[in-house]
Amino acid sequence: MHLSTPVEQVKLIDRFSTSNKSLTGTLYLTATHLLFIDSSQKETWILHHHIAAVEKLALTTSGCPLVIQCKNFRIVHFIVPRERDCHDIYNSLLQLSKPASYDELYAFSYNPKQNESKRLQGWQLIDLAEEYKRMGVPNSNWQLSDANRDYEICESYPRELYVPRTASKPVIVGSSKFRSKGRFPVLSYYHRDKEAAICRCSQPLSGFSARCLEDENMLHAISIANPAHHYMYVMDTRPKLNAMANRAAGKGYENEDNYANIRFQFVGIENIHVMRSSLQKLLEVSGTKALSVNSFLSGLENSGWLRHIKAVLDAAIFLAKAIAVENATVLVHCSDGWDRTSQVCSLGSLLLDSYYRTIKGFMVLIEKDWISFGHKFSDRCGQLDGDSKEISPVFTQFLEGVWHLTEQFPQAFEYNEAFLLQIHEHIHSCQFGNFLGNCQKEREELKLKEKTYSLWPFLLDEQKKYLNPLYNQDFSQKLVLLEPNTVSFNFKFWRNMYHQFDRTMHPRQSVFNLIMTMSEQNKQLEKDFKELEAVRRMSLERSLFKIQIGFLRTRIDPTGDGSTYHRPQHAHSVTTTRWLFFFFLSFFAQPCTFVSGMSIVAKYCHLF
Amino acid sequence: MEFAELIKTAKVENVQLSCPGLPPIKGTLCITSHHLLLSSQPGGNGEPGTVELWLLIRNVDAVEKSVQSLGWYQSSRTNSSHQDTRVASSLGTITLKCKDLKVLQLEIPGMEECLNIASSTEALSSVDSVMMMYPFFYRPQSMKLKDGWQLYPLQHYYQQIASETGAWRLSCVNGDFTICSSYPPAVIVPAAVDDNVLKKAARFRQGGRFPVLSYYHKKNGTVMLRSSQPLIGPNRKRCQEDELLLSAVLDGGERGFVIDTRSAQAAKQARMMGGGTEPKSSYPRWKRLHRPLERGRPLQESFIKLVEACNDTSLSVDRWLSKLESSKWLAHVKGALSTACLAAQCMEREEACVLVHGAEGTDTTLLVTALAQVILDPDCRTLAGFQGLLEREWIEAGHPFHFRYAHSAYSHARLKQEAPIFLLFLDCVWQLGRQFPFSLQFSERLLLMLFEHTYASCYGTFLCNSEKERCLCEVKEKTHSLWSWLNQPSEWKKHLNPLYTYNALVIWPSVEPQSLQLWQGLFLRWIRSSQYLDEAWAEVQRLVTSHEDAPEESAGHTRCHSQPDAAYPLTITGTANEG
Repeated sequence: MHLSTPVEQVKLIDRFSTSNKSLTGTLYLTATHLLFIDSSQKETWILHHHIAAVEKLALTTSGCPLVIQCKNFRIVHFIVPRERDCHDIYNSLLQLSKPASYDELYAFSYNPKQNESKRLQGWQLIDLAEEYKRMGVPNSNWQLSDANRDYEICESYPRELYVPRTASKPVIVGSSKFRSKGRFPVLSYYHRDKEAAICRCSQPLSGFSARCLEDENMLHAISIANPAHHYMYVMDTRPKLNAMANRAAGKGYENEDNYANIRFQFVGIENIHVMRSSLQKLLEVSGTKALSVNSFLSGLENSGWLRHIKAVLDAAIFLAKAIAVENATVLVHCSDGWDRTSQVCSLGSLLLDSYYRTIKGFMVLIEKDWISFGHKFSDRCGQLDGDSKEISPVFTQFLEGVWHLTEQFPQAFEYNEAFLLQIHEHIHSCQFGNFLGNCQKEREELKLKEKTYSLWPFLLDEQKKYLNPLYNQDFSQKLVLLEPNTVSFNFKFWRNMYHQFDRTMHPRQSVFNLIMTMSEQNKQLEKDFKELEAVRRMSLERSLFKIQIGFLRTRIDPTGDGSTYHRPQHAHSVTTTRWLFFFFLSFFAQPCTFVSGMSIVAKYCHLF
Repeated sequence: MEFAELIKTAKVENVQLSCPGLPPIKGTLCITSHHLLLSSQPGGNGEPGTVELWLLIRNVDAVEKSVQSLGWYQSSRTNSSHQDTRVASSLGTITLKCKDLKVLQLEIPGMEECLNIASSTEALSSVDSVMMMYPFFYRPQSMKLKDGWQLYPLQHYYQQIASETGAWRLSCVNGDFTICSSYPPAVIVPAAVDDNVLKKAARFRQGGRFPVLSYYHKKNGTVMLRSSQPLIGPNRKRCQEDELLLSAVLDGGERGFVIDTRSAQAAKQARMMGGGTEPKSSYPRWKRLHRPLERGRPLQESFIKLVEACNDTSLSVDRWLSKLESSKWLAHVKGALSTACLAAQCMEREEACVLVHGAEGTDTTLLVTALAQVILDPDCRTLAGFQGLLEREWIEAGHPFHFRYAHSAYSHARLKQEAPIFLLFLDCVWQLGRQFPFSLQFSERLLLMLFEHTYASCYGTFLCNSEKERCLCEVKEKTHSLWSWLNQPSEWKKHLNPLYTYNALVIWPSVEPQSLQLWQGLFLRWIRSSQYLDEAWAEVQRLVTSHEDAPEESAGHTRCHSQPDAAYPLTITGTANEG
């Protein structure tokens, strides 16, 4: 069905390069990827699932241009010499990039050659029951409810839900009937110290005047589950107008008069359609060639993108402060409670709890507030050929919110930007099972845990790449609540996301890579020093001098593993010389305290 | 004029100083001929007060006084209302908006004192006579007057060129500043052209700024020249000597590029005023390229608008972006960087010589030539080399510092010739530093320091408009040089970039709008809280030093590391001995 023969003499054009240079090479289509190998044998792989749009432009003298836009914001511009070939590629890609059913997705054929038990272990890496335990639930106020054990009340919720102890089953059932898609209020995050909670739900079916006693009781139960407080916040994350419009459709928002002791608050985050078109505008601007500063800035403004990011962050800050400062419990909802609600709950938790700023914690956060609570990844990412109006960059915005936080608090996060980008890559790649489907029920039906791999163990395996070298655990713990400043000038265009693949746009030297290498080397040195120290003691005891030399040689050699940082020769030679110091040190000097590998060497280097 | 006449009240007690982000301080305010001082009240046990503010009055850009403006302060105040009412009758507030963009607030008891302090500050800050400025009075103990003024003589730069080629000579035709009042006494010109030709060519260029060598690209022997516009005029005048001078730069069949920093139309219009640009017919071997760069009033206004936008923290994202856009500052940054890249490209890739000029040749011209050198020449990216570059391409080249930096972004005074061209240059260098974080030996701190000193300084380096004026005012005899302060080992070290490693390559920046950033460290310096960023940067430095300069961390070792001997500025000019 798709093109099996390679197409030769295809040109790949850099869309931002000022010179009109291009790479010439051969284009292949495999079952899962488009592959381009240029004359210098450099390979460019593009997953079919990543392709958002293919466009065939008007024939030119040099051939037929084919522009491929990817969901990870890569844009490739090929020129295929023969129009016929171009047409074939175009048609093949159109089909390949729009799978009709889940079983066509890459995850079901992806085989990293791992044994079955390891694959299963991978799925157990993130355990949400553990996570609730870490937060301190169940406890005297909150308990695990079995109301949704077989998805009987709400299909898009997980089986395990935590609710106030005082909320009886009839209250839960009644409340769920009064909420859009049955998404009744449940616990999202429990703040152990403040005994306050973040709860989430969908909008009430209140229309203009409808009431539901169970729902009112449910909110009351949540309110009194916080022993310290007499009021709780209900945050409707929608703009007030939207919420009011919903009333006409029999939905709407809580009437403060009907619910005891609630403080109702609109936040004003726009809906998925506004966000989709905002991103569309943003990409149009950033993709323009020979863009002037003024059109960039006005385009950025017109897209509204940064305004939306700010709205999401502001909402998260409101939420976090309500809990940390006022000790108040907050119930968050939007319309269905799976887009804006997920954004606000997860970002709010991230501000409140330093655990979510670690690599493992971030995975947990995504599993909890996004995957388990039924953010419709499949629809929002357009994983299958379907309604394009369902596609929206809600999760991308969440990642961008986190990125903005990492920019303001460079030492508070264990992970770096590459981690965020990699996760973004995989919500679209469909290579792993985690983000397939729209809710847990669907995932179970797809038997993802039996048929696919989980992303998280793979990320953990290569976590070295995702560590923030500036991360300071003490700092992060000291700073219990992150209070970002959302003054407008702090909102910046995320170049590394939207131009990740446009190499000419990035700084030519990366401080980040350098310090990452350095901190890695420092850590390695510390470790090696300890090993050497052990050997030294051993050798002193046994006087086995020769063994040590042999050992040292093998340790010196593999230092060249530092891959892409910018002063390899220098660093390498320094490391090697310092190694020799270490060697002598281990015999002649008696360092009493170990501060850092380097300073010890330094102390004695003048001796040589 | 006596300073004392301007000082009506020399000392006021119980003045409260507040600036954003810091708790207010109470103390005694003194005004001297050049400084505003505030020392906090001494403690009860007889200990002396500490000086909390030491502000060079020259740094004050605008003085705003108000009685009503107390309101903003009262609201943030938790004290009793009793005090407020007492205060309101007899308390004035002065807002000092400084040229380095910081904003201070002084609460002064006594309306008369308040008005006196305000008017004295205003009067003292607008003293226009160079000889009355603080550098002429500043006498630090540790420095000798002569140091620093002879660090980067053009002779040294010439010797470097002479060691490579005999095509250039040092001419003293302008020794007494009669040929060109804005040029230094010595300039580098083609060896084949004698002084008489220069004299005639000078008459054909605005202000006498005939084409001189600005940069010699060792890699391929091409050069960059700069000048002012030729005086073609409406009658299409020609000047044989000028044509001769320019063709002497080119070998045989070589072609050169003229980069005119005005639009083609503006250059053409300049003919009506007696100026113009090199016509193809008279300069057949020079290809003209027009790259309009903004200067003068529009640039100053751009600066003012940007600062305004930065100071308004209540703006919505949309308003902020729209104000950032309408300030056009980043567009100017992009324009300057791309034009400098063009000049660099002509030399490095086309292997052609380049002549850069706009109209007077003292603003955008220097912006382009200086920036191109930072891009091309690794020597200009060292701390010493950068000082040399500033000395050659800005100070000696006759950039009118006195005119351009009389006022900054807050001033209510009528604008005359103010324009932050040099700030634009610093911003572009900062952008280069962001894109090539290991390639500049100096840090952002140096750029910030230079920005401050162009507007108000205790050193004479940025005084006056030209070497001629500096001679007349005896700046080099009577003031200290900024460089001699900077080159003290302790200061030197503070301005280094810990990540620097020598990079022999040309650093081509990306000039896409997505790659350019607002220089937050400068424009938002007094507005944003940068605690976490500073801590992170300190951590970077710690990582780097523990990785590389470990010897400095350990105490008691014998080698002295405090002197950066290998990089000490005296060695950079090539002739000095290495330690």
